Amino acid sequence: MPLRLPTAIALAMLLAGCVTINIYFPAAAAEKAADKLIDEIWQLKDGKPTSSGQPAAEPGTPGAPKP
Amino acid sequence: MNRLLHHSVLLLSSLFFALAQAKDLEINTPAIAQLKASMGGRHAELKPWFDAGVIGLTRDGNVALRDANAVPLAQRQAVNTLIAAENNDRAALYREIARANGNPAWEADIRATFGQRWIERAAPGWWVQNASGQWQQK
Repeated sequence: MPLRLPTAIALAMLLAGCVTINIYFPAAAAEKAADKLIDEIWQLKDGKPTSSGQPAAEPGTPGAPKP
Repeated sequence: MNRLLHHSVLLLSSLFFALAQAKDLEINTPAIAQLKASMGGRHAELKPWFDAGVIGLTRDGNVALRDANAVPLAQRQAVNTLIAAENNDRAALYREIARANGNPAWEADIRATFGQRWIERAAPGWWVQNASGQWQQK
């Protein structure tokens, strides 16, 4: 099966896509990855919180007491 | 011609799909798992010093001695050793994440991102550096 023009364009675009993905630093993905690793290293999310329990950044609803 | 257009549209959409899928960074490598375990184990030793305000989190994603006078002389060396080991692991972690994602040049960006996130997630009472490098308590 010969390589048709549309297929060639497709390949070129995919390639371009890969390059784009790799050049720009994905800030949002990096934050997500950082939070995941921090959770695991500080053990913030598997049952036994170290000291603050919840992640600190929870604006609003101050001190609604939990049962 | 119509078919070509059709194909192109199809391809464009698959390209955007691929872009959208490529959102997560690779963090599941043996090297990263090992660093995670090492740092997780050390955290139990570091935590009392964080709680006591002796050490704090810096803007550049490290741990630093904040108040040397708050450490009994006998323990000062031990704290410094802990800090050095932790910062070694952190440097390796940032480098390894950049490498695992095919971009060693991202290391500084990853370090900066972690610097913000460690501080953001720090427990109340811990000391962290603000944007101008001054210590402040959370």
